[in-house]
Amino acid sequence: MEKKIGEVLLSVDHISLAFGGVKALTDICFDIREKEVFAIIGPNGAGKTSMLNVINGFYHPQEGEITYKGVHRKQMKSHDAAVQGIARTFQNVALFKGMSTLDNIMTGRIIHMKRNMFWQACYLGPARKEEMENREYVEDIIEFLEIQSIRRTPVGRLPYGLQKRVELGRALAMEPDLLLLDEPMAGMNIEEKQDMCRFVLDVNDQYGTTIALIEHDMGVVMDISDKVVVLDYGKKLAEGTPDEVRGNQTVIDAYLGVPHN
Amino acid sequence: MTEAAATEKLSQVLDTIPKLLLDHAKKRADRPANRLKDLGIWQTWTWSEVADEVRNLACGLAKIGFQRGDKLAVIGDNRPRLYWSMVAVQALGGIPVPLYQDSVAGEMVYVLENADVKYAIVQNQEQTDKLLEIKDRLPILEHICYEEPRGMRDYTQEFIHYYKDIQEKGSIFHSENPDFYLHEIEQGHGSDIAIFLYTSGTTGKPKGVVLTQDNLLITSLNCLAFDNITGEEEVLAYLPMAWVGDNLFSFAQAYVAGFCVNCPEGPETVMTDLREIGPTYYFAPPAVYESVLTKVMIRMEDAGKIKRSMFIYFMDLAKSVGIRILDGKSVSIAEKVLYGLGNLLVYGPLRNNLGLSRTRLAYTAGEAIGPEIFSFFRSLGINIKQLYGQTEATVFICAQPDGEVKSDTVGKIFPGVELRLSDNNEVFYRSPGVFHSYYKNPESTAETKDAEGWVATGDAGFIDDDGHLKIIDRAKDVGLMNDDSMFAPKYIENKLKFFPFIKEAVAFGHKKDYVSAFLCIDIEAVGNWAERQNLAYSGYTDLSARSEVYNLLQECVETVNSDLARDEKLSGSQIKRFLLLHKELDADDGELTRTRKVRRRIIAEKYDVLIDALDDPKQTHCEIESEMTFEDGRTGIVSADLQIREAERHKTQLHTRAA
Repeated sequence: MEKKIGEVLLSVDHISLAFGGVKALTDICFDIREKEVFAIIGPNGAGKTSMLNVINGFYHPQEGEITYKGVHRKQMKSHDAAVQGIARTFQNVALFKGMSTLDNIMTGRIIHMKRNMFWQACYLGPARKEEMENREYVEDIIEFLEIQSIRRTPVGRLPYGLQKRVELGRALAMEPDLLLLDEPMAGMNIEEKQDMCRFVLDVNDQYGTTIALIEHDMGVVMDISDKVVVLDYGKKLAEGTPDEVRGNQTVIDAYLGVPHN
Repeated sequence: MTEAAATEKLSQVLDTIPKLLLDHAKKRADRPANRLKDLGIWQTWTWSEVADEVRNLACGLAKIGFQRGDKLAVIGDNRPRLYWSMVAVQALGGIPVPLYQDSVAGEMVYVLENADVKYAIVQNQEQTDKLLEIKDRLPILEHICYEEPRGMRDYTQEFIHYYKDIQEKGSIFHSENPDFYLHEIEQGHGSDIAIFLYTSGTTGKPKGVVLTQDNLLITSLNCLAFDNITGEEEVLAYLPMAWVGDNLFSFAQAYVAGFCVNCPEGPETVMTDLREIGPTYYFAPPAVYESVLTKVMIRMEDAGKIKRSMFIYFMDLAKSVGIRILDGKSVSIAEKVLYGLGNLLVYGPLRNNLGLSRTRLAYTAGEAIGPEIFSFFRSLGINIKQLYGQTEATVFICAQPDGEVKSDTVGKIFPGVELRLSDNNEVFYRSPGVFHSYYKNPESTAETKDAEGWVATGDAGFIDDDGHLKIIDRAKDVGLMNDDSMFAPKYIENKLKFFPFIKEAVAFGHKKDYVSAFLCIDIEAVGNWAERQNLAYSGYTDLSARSEVYNLLQECVETVNSDLARDEKLSGSQIKRFLLLHKELDADDGELTRTRKVRRRIIAEKYDVLIDALDDPKQTHCEIESEMTFEDGRTGIVSADLQIREAERHKTQLHTRAA
């Protein structure tokens, strides 16, 4: 079935980012469209995670502009990104290890809970109703990700692949418009990768979430992305559909290396 | 005739399951009938709600063209809606055909074709995809109905229906034709065919066992009386719906007695759900009890010193006292007090942790259960009993009455059952549960069931002094060795499998000079053992090739040998040579049946190189390459170089038992 890719959701315009003298990103431009699975690839140190952090509002680029949902973005705090509908997962799992799967995913609902701490502590009337609504949403996600059996298990005790899944669940709980995944398949075995791919595609399909992901596993990227951007040394090497990128000589050179005479 | 009057008339003769449903909906309308854990919370349906759900579904099926005599396949995990679909179909005079939900599409073709399945109700997208994959090969299959809408948005084919849409159609149909449903039920009788159950097929193609409403209902009634089962029970339905046991324990009996059937959230959550429900009546094959015991033991090994010694002390006490209490025999006051203390400190918490706190009655069947496992549960105060049966008998042939429970027999002859043994010790029975026929297979029917209704079980056994039946092996598997000693492979294999380290065993000895065996390690138990020995390993193949592991299993084999040596008849079949297989025996590779029974012939063909090596006393190792199916359906090749070990054999130690 043909996927409906919509308007530009986020546009990155001539972004440059430097830490002192180190140029992490130089003059990067691309658009992420609604309902797209967008992949950023590149060798180690290419600036992929920096790019994600810029999108996320965690790093502030020295030059260039970001337009999100048609609004030109000014200086922002990174928590504003969450309110604006951007959720992410991390390269190294960043969950609350001592809390259960359910509680971890519930933390993703915090931005949707309006009652203050006093109400929640009393757990009366409106706060209770609110929690029940949010819990239902979380349970839907638990079912969606097929993690019912670990609902009450502290995440610290789970295998890595499942922790990654829980982290995806927490990001989904925010009901994001844009989901950033930083190496969702890193360190997984084949079976876990297949599961994760299926979930990424299902999220994209069922919730209509736009997904921007960083990934090293080329097979995965080429199979599930609609569009790929290749970075190397902070510069954009190529952009296009997986097939276009695969055939691009500069990309091949960057990945395999070229002889220096 | 008004609806109430029509229901009244029907309830006078409750000879079918749909009629029983109407009766419960009237008499126990607000009692829970089914529960399903959905979105983390147990959802309950009362009997009156179930009656409505079933009626709407039945009318909906009739609306899309279901006729009397049509067959409907039911494929999925245990779900209330799937159970209801079986009742709905029976109400319409059709026949439900439950299939094993983990069969691959190719395996389903034969059954669906053989049973003339025209309609299918499946759980989810996975099962729908399987049916779509094989639909071209099934010209009769017309409609597919799915229960869970997830992922089904893009399935626009006309013959695919959503369960609730069908019910909606049914609800409208019912309001337009209010008499239709009751009229259909009225036409049903006890002698009607209730269900087709396909036997797993230890040999050859699966056979469709045809059972009637009478088979199910009379056997259920006998069982309720035998064990005082009431309408207040709680059971957890977690065994495959295609298996006769599930159909009797969590379907037919529930409709006869009116108790509540709980369905777990999914196959992985069974243990958690079991704890939450706390069933009063429980059925599990020996493998489940075994894995529970293994888990408890592993966790106790890792427990602190005080806890562990407390556990060991009280479990020893329970072994002598607990079993006697359960059997109603006398115990001294001191023992009672100590047992009470143990109950407070160990048994109670342990039962609670296993979800068996409220369990009044637990059954096991299918395979022999290890005496340690059996006495472990009984000593905890759980009334676990064995029964002997088969699909063709609607389960029950023999069962252990309360207070007369022995670990090595399968109990006394069940009420209503007649039993006799042939000259070669094969067990024959005749009962109200005896199956109608094998579907479209008169030759096999005639082979198994004679004109007077006696059925051959194919099992060899004998009746002991207390009137209990003891099963040794399949009658045809009992072989002769070259020196004419008896070789009962399953008996030996079961003895081996009673060790927690051994998951599967296959023994060879028929027409051979000595007995040899394949063993498969239990990766969980041996893995844990290896961890404690600081033995590093990379996976199953590596671990089972370790000489340390070989030493460990050699001890097990030699213990079995000394056990066999005690019996004059079986002493000759002590194991001489054995090897550890490099992969687990797997149903996906065709080595086991779906109920995890060893397929001897297939294994013998597949590993003939290994068997030759075992038979040749000069070989000390053997190379093997074998194909293996991964969980995602792809196949790969595993190769290994397996050692062969010799185990010590013992001289016959004649018992000084008074003859």
